[in-house]
Amino acid sequence: MNIRDIHWFKFASPQNFYTLAGRMWPWFAAVATLLAAVGLWISFFVAPVDAQQGQAYRIIFVHVPASQMAMFIYIVMAGWAGFGLAFNTRLSGMMASALAPTGALFAFLSLVTGAVWGKPMWGTWWVWDARLTSTLILLFLYLGFLALQSSIDDPRRADKACAVLALVGSVNVPIIYFSVKWWNTLHQGASVTMTKSAMASTMLAGMLIMLLTFWMYAIAVALVRVRNIILERERHTEWVKHAVE
Amino acid sequence: MQWNSLGEFLDMGGYAFHVWSSFGLTALVVLIETLSLRAQRKATLRNLRNERLSEASSS
Repeated sequence: MNIRDIHWFKFASPQNFYTLAGRMWPWFAAVATLLAAVGLWISFFVAPVDAQQGQAYRIIFVHVPASQMAMFIYIVMAGWAGFGLAFNTRLSGMMASALAPTGALFAFLSLVTGAVWGKPMWGTWWVWDARLTSTLILLFLYLGFLALQSSIDDPRRADKACAVLALVGSVNVPIIYFSVKWWNTLHQGASVTMTKSAMASTMLAGMLIMLLTFWMYAIAVALVRVRNIILERERHTEWVKHAVE
Repeated sequence: MQWNSLGEFLDMGGYAFHVWSSFGLTALVVLIETLSLRAQRKATLRNLRNERLSEASSS
C-alpha cells in the first residue's frame, strides 16, 4: 500500500471524529474508574503515614496529580490551538475548547487542595510564593480563554483569538514547573525526579496511579465535551440533522 | 493496613478536615463536570430535534 493512500486527515473531519470519540470515551471512563479504585485504595490503605507530616500528607494524592494535569492540559490545549492556527483545521479549535474547562477545574483543585494542605503545614492558606502565584496565573489564563471564547460569536474567529491567547500564555507553564528551582521560596522542590524519589515506593505508586486516573478522566470528559461542541457547531450540516433524528 | 478502627480512619490522625475536604472537593468537581456534560448533551440534542421539527413543519 502506498503511503499516500492512507487518509491521514480522516479524523480531522468533525463528522468522523464525532463517531470515533463516541466509541472511545466509554473505554477511557471505564479505565479511569478502575484506576481510581486502585489509586484510592493505595492512597488510604497501603501507603504508610508520613514521618513528618502525619496523615495530612495524603492530600498529595490529589494535589500533585491535579497540579500536573493543570499544566499538561494547558500544553495540549495550546498545541491544538496552535495547530488549528497553522493548518486552519476546524477540529483543532474544538479540541482546545473542549480541554479548557477541565484544565481550569484541575488548576482550581490544585490551588484549593494546596491551600488546605498549607494551613496545617505552613500555618497559612496562601502565600505569594512563586509556584502558588504562577499556578494562580494559570487558572486566570484558562478563565481568560473561556471568557474570550464565549465573547466572540463567530466560533472560527473565537478559535483564532483564543489560539493566540493560549500560545502566549504557554510561557507560564515552564515558569510554574521550574519555579521551585529558580526562586527559593516556600513551596518545596520536586520530591520525585527521573532518577530519584524521596518517597516510599508505595506513596510513589499511589501518586502515579492517581495521575494516570486523572489522565484517563481528562481524556474521557474532553471527548464527551468535544462531541457536544461538534453537534453545536455543525448543527446546520446534513449529517447532524440525520444524527439527531 | 494502616488503621486499627473506622474512627481512626475517619480522624486521619487529627487532619480529618484537611484530608476529607481535599478528596471530597475533588470528587464533587468530577461529579459536577460529568453531570453537567450529560445535561449539556441532552439540551443540545433536544434543541436540534426541535429545530428539525420546526423546519419540517414550515417547509
